[in-house]
Amino acid sequence: VAAAKATLSQAPLSLSHCCSLCSVRMGLELYLDLLSQHCRTVYIFAKKNNIPFEFKHVELFKDSILGRKMPGGNNPGHSREGQHCREEFGKVNILKKVPALKDGVFTLAESTAILLYLSRKYNTPDHWYPSDIQKRARVDEYLSWHHTNIRTNAPKTLWIKVLIPLFTGQKLPPEKLQEVMDELAISLKQFEEKFLQDKPFIVGSEISLADLVAIVELMQPIGVGCDIFEDRPKLSEWRNRVEEAVGKELFQEAHEIILNIKELSNLQIDPQLKEHLAPVLRKMMK
Amino acid sequence: MVVELFLDLLSQPCRALFIFAKKNNIPFVFKHVELLKGHHHSEEFGKVNVLKKVPALKDGAFTLAESIAILLYLSRKFNTPDHWYPSDLQKRAQVDEYLSWQHATIREKGCKIFITKVLVPLAGQPFSPETLEEAVEELNSALKQFEEKFLQDKPFIVGNEISLADLVAIVELMQPVGCGCDIFENRPKLAEWRSRVEEAVGKELFQQAHELILNVKNLSTTQLPPELREHVKQFLKT
Repeated sequence: VAAAKATLSQAPLSLSHCCSLCSVRMGLELYLDLLSQHCRTVYIFAKKNNIPFEFKHVELFKDSILGRKMPGGNNPGHSREGQHCREEFGKVNILKKVPALKDGVFTLAESTAILLYLSRKYNTPDHWYPSDIQKRARVDEYLSWHHTNIRTNAPKTLWIKVLIPLFTGQKLPPEKLQEVMDELAISLKQFEEKFLQDKPFIVGSEISLADLVAIVELMQPIGVGCDIFEDRPKLSEWRNRVEEAVGKELFQEAHEIILNIKELSNLQIDPQLKEHLAPVLRKMMK
Repeated sequence: MVVELFLDLLSQPCRALFIFAKKNNIPFVFKHVELLKGHHHSEEFGKVNVLKKVPALKDGAFTLAESIAILLYLSRKFNTPDHWYPSDLQKRAQVDEYLSWQHATIREKGCKIFITKVLVPLAGQPFSPETLEEAVEELNSALKQFEEKFLQDKPFIVGNEISLADLVAIVELMQPVGCGCDIFENRPKLAEWRSRVEEAVGKELFQQAHELILNVKNLSTTQLPPELREHVKQFLKT
């Protein structure tokens, strides 16, 4: 208790929920922007499993990058973290700043870590992260592979078709998109051959975290008109099964923003942010 | 049936597995897959891992790729000491957080340095100082975040004892060191953390695992025979 009180009293006063006088834990807060695929995974998972949380809406292009609205670290030096956010974001993929979780004074980033934390804390049904060590290993295997494959390729479609033109006022040549689509095609081939094969889901007969993480990423190109399910019947059938398992209504709700390009084009971008992202964008355009 | 680990100690994730298995006295058969000789393209290895990458595990009929998945599998199957992957929810989450974050940061940038400084010249292709400079700058940025967000003033990434997070981090950071980029120089906090990790792993085991990468400069001063150069070129494409 003494240690908890000490940690609480070190928490910055700017965190309005922190109270050093009582040890009552505040509710779970999830900092999300559903434009981000990693946020959608967390959102769907929490909703599907009836995990009570406060939805802290972070508008990626307004709040998170400029250090506003984001939770501080769970260690002393919150203002340093904010400063760090403001300095570092130009060099880091901004989509990795959300989702974030805040559970009392405990804060956590990285969607994989958040999903696993929630599954353990709220004892979600076994199929999400099976207790059988070989099935569990298959989920881990996919989650790890995903980082350096689908996760590096699929989001680029959004950048090239919508975000870069939005930020810079310049459209990119069609070869750029073709390049990305070719890379993505390779990842999709590996996905179908190694991970999906002829199974209903990635790990056997029920949906797991692996399917959830995969599907939200693949909806990113869909949102910008790159229908990667067309001409891929096996993948398409898997998508239907995943939607069904999640629940069509919840799935649609989570994907409303990304599936509405018109809204995306009306995004208000903070000019300070445009400036900060300029070097990152220039690199992506090379 | 003894677990088989398909490894090349030139590869960072292979070193993490090697150290973890040895440190925890996990019995395994070391199946050497020599990357620079193109062994990972063999049909035989393709049956173990269709993605043709090391490390890979074979446990009876069960095969597994991705070092993090393998580390976690071994920790569960062999019930390794708690500190490697703490059962405390929040500590465990902090390990997960690091393991997730490092893919596109420390790992990616460390690899880039190795590729630019060692592999590209080995393949007989021109060395690009600009690419190296860019890679070093990117790694510096990642290291800053590592120190500020993950290490801070703690002895290890998650509290007082070594965990999978430290192990995965240290093997990645030894890659640039092996290439002649001493990222620990002028970073006293990082250097102290490295000493603690080496100590926790055991200096002998640490040295054993890193012998190949720390002598990789010898590789780069010799001209590879043409067929090996082809293999390296292939490796660069994958």
